[in-house]
Amino acid sequence: MTDAITAEHVGKFFRRYRERPTSLKERVTHFRLTSEQFWALKDLSFEVPQGETLGLLGPNGSGKTTMLKIVAGILRPNRGQVTTRGRIASLLALGAGFHRELTGRENVYLNASILGLSHAEIARRFPDIVEFAELSEFIDNQVKFYSDGMYVRLGFAVAVHVDPAILLVDEVLAVGDIGFQQKCLAKIQEFQRDGRTIVFVTHSPELVLRVCDRVVLLSHGEKVGEGIPRDMVRDFRSLMHRDQLAYGWDQGNREIEIVSAEIFGAGGETREWFAPGDGLVIQVDLKAHKPTPDPVVSFAIHDEENRKVFETSSDWRGVTWPVFEGKHRVQFHVRTLPFIDGRYFVTLGVHSRDSRTVYHLHEQHYSFDVVRGAENPGLVWIPVDCRTEPL
Amino acid sequence: MVRRPALLRFFPNPGSGRTREGDAPLATETIDAVIRTSEPPRLHPLQRVRELARSRQTLGDLVRKEMKVRYKSSILGMAWSMLNPLLYMAVFSLVFGIILPNSIPHYPVYILSGLLAWNLFSTSLNVGARAVVDNASLVTKVYFPREVLPLSSVGTALVDGGLQTLVLLLFMLLFRSYHPGLSWLLLPLAVFVLLVFTSALCMFVAALNVRYRDTQYLLTIVLLIWFWLTPVVYPSGKLVNKHVFGLSVEKLFMLNPIADVVFAFQRIFYGVVQPAGQPKPVLLPLSVGELAWVLALAAVVSVALLYLAWLIYFLRSGDFAEEL
Repeated sequence: MTDAITAEHVGKFFRRYRERPTSLKERVTHFRLTSEQFWALKDLSFEVPQGETLGLLGPNGSGKTTMLKIVAGILRPNRGQVTTRGRIASLLALGAGFHRELTGRENVYLNASILGLSHAEIARRFPDIVEFAELSEFIDNQVKFYSDGMYVRLGFAVAVHVDPAILLVDEVLAVGDIGFQQKCLAKIQEFQRDGRTIVFVTHSPELVLRVCDRVVLLSHGEKVGEGIPRDMVRDFRSLMHRDQLAYGWDQGNREIEIVSAEIFGAGGETREWFAPGDGLVIQVDLKAHKPTPDPVVSFAIHDEENRKVFETSSDWRGVTWPVFEGKHRVQFHVRTLPFIDGRYFVTLGVHSRDSRTVYHLHEQHYSFDVVRGAENPGLVWIPVDCRTEPL
Repeated sequence: MVRRPALLRFFPNPGSGRTREGDAPLATETIDAVIRTSEPPRLHPLQRVRELARSRQTLGDLVRKEMKVRYKSSILGMAWSMLNPLLYMAVFSLVFGIILPNSIPHYPVYILSGLLAWNLFSTSLNVGARAVVDNASLVTKVYFPREVLPLSSVGTALVDGGLQTLVLLLFMLLFRSYHPGLSWLLLPLAVFVLLVFTSALCMFVAALNVRYRDTQYLLTIVLLIWFWLTPVVYPSGKLVNKHVFGLSVEKLFMLNPIADVVFAFQRIFYGVVQPAGQPKPVLLPLSVGELAWVLALAAVVSVALLYLAWLIYFLRSGDFAEEL
């Protein structure tokens, strides 16, 4: 089968000026500029067979988006070459070129035209676009009156209706409510069934596992791994942990914000590691930017293989806020850790009861280690008391 | 009150394998591969023109957007495109009719015919200088032939020009000032020179402004000087046989392609070379044939300039996304 995308030894550098000259005066006064080359991509090669979904996974600044922009033809590589076959649509471009003064309808036409559709094609797809964006009431309103969510929805709707052979997706699903995210993912899965090629850029292991067939792992502009999602997510985790980087989604509308979060021992002490059976406290400080009715705070624990081993919420533990106002501290007291060994990742979220609105979500931002002692073989820790009596 | 429990499984369960239904490969084999290399792109004019022709709808849409945006939330809307030259005309008629009286008959028609060419030129450049910079959100995120941006500025000015032509025609009727003749044959050539020369400079300033934002400010001054070096409001005929630095003024005018176009427009729409009973002509006393030669020369120069400016723009455009 033909490769839809072939990247061969792609390198890209940016010049970092100490102070970039944007006027003639600066150019004249410091004629020789001190600039340093900064290689955002170094010798990156990969192929995407037609119909495959490739994930580009890596921490911030690893060159994922740069690579995507080169594939899209927006940036020119400094080394190597990229070959693409078929019409490309990129979700980099969500609402790019939308003009605030124009109506939704006018913007759809303009945007789709720039993305390469003829007016006849746009007219044919227009009802689908509007329906997908859930904006039928507002389509003739000026875009400046749209909320951020509406704006992104319209942008996404246009991009996926351009009928591309290759779809480039950049960390865009972090916006919009959960319902719309699900819809976007469903659309992406529909694209996969149609046999379209997708390149998916993200630093969310969660999404990689759900969407991708194969993953290229990037770090500092270099390929550090390539393989099936499960293996790459594992490598990514150890990479992130080695470099002490935070990763995962940090998303939500922040009506209630996670100000800080901490994991410590049952007695409030800082712990380097936990032993099986120890107690543990997950503490979240929340701040409401406006009074919000009936929020739910949840946490989940994933293991190194990215399996979710546990999840619970304030609601299930019998804590509710009719209206959440000001600042609150929430503590989840885990009485005994059932884990025997390994590193565990904690996801924290504040969301509405129906989960449609995410106020703030920290995906796998936190972790703790459990270290097995000699007296703890097996898979799980079961609290066992041993008793004896003379017979 | 019964509370619904929080939705089960807020955090999706990973690893649920997706199954792909059937295999319906898109026929990408038939699609030409696009290759992007590190080598600077080469400009193949014909091939590129074909590519641009495919983007003509986008060009039209951008022009329409520009017109809509410009007059959104203004009461008079598109009428401003016509009012603008009218106000110019009123001011200059006041200055040259009362304060510094001149003897140009049908002065409003004279000034409007020159302004028609000048406005197209200066509006294109003023908008064109910011064409790439103002559309940064597009340029950094979507690939499309970048030439569309400065060309859409020219297109916008052309729509304006169409409206201004209506004003001019109205005044021609009002003053019963029309002089049909051979000179009307100059119109296509004059418009060609105007569009080609304007497009050339537009591409040049648009590209330059990406690097140095001074361009757009400097341009205002340059255009002001250029305006007074072009005989739009004053009669060029009166300057015949005058010399500056030992060069005849007529020759100097002719070196200015915009002045050549203005001469042609004045000849076509205004037409009075030598008003009866006046010692000096209003327009340069050139025959239509001579004017045609001057325009033909300007056309050659403009085409060469356009190629050069296009080349510069094309080569620079690969890095626009980085520099914005």
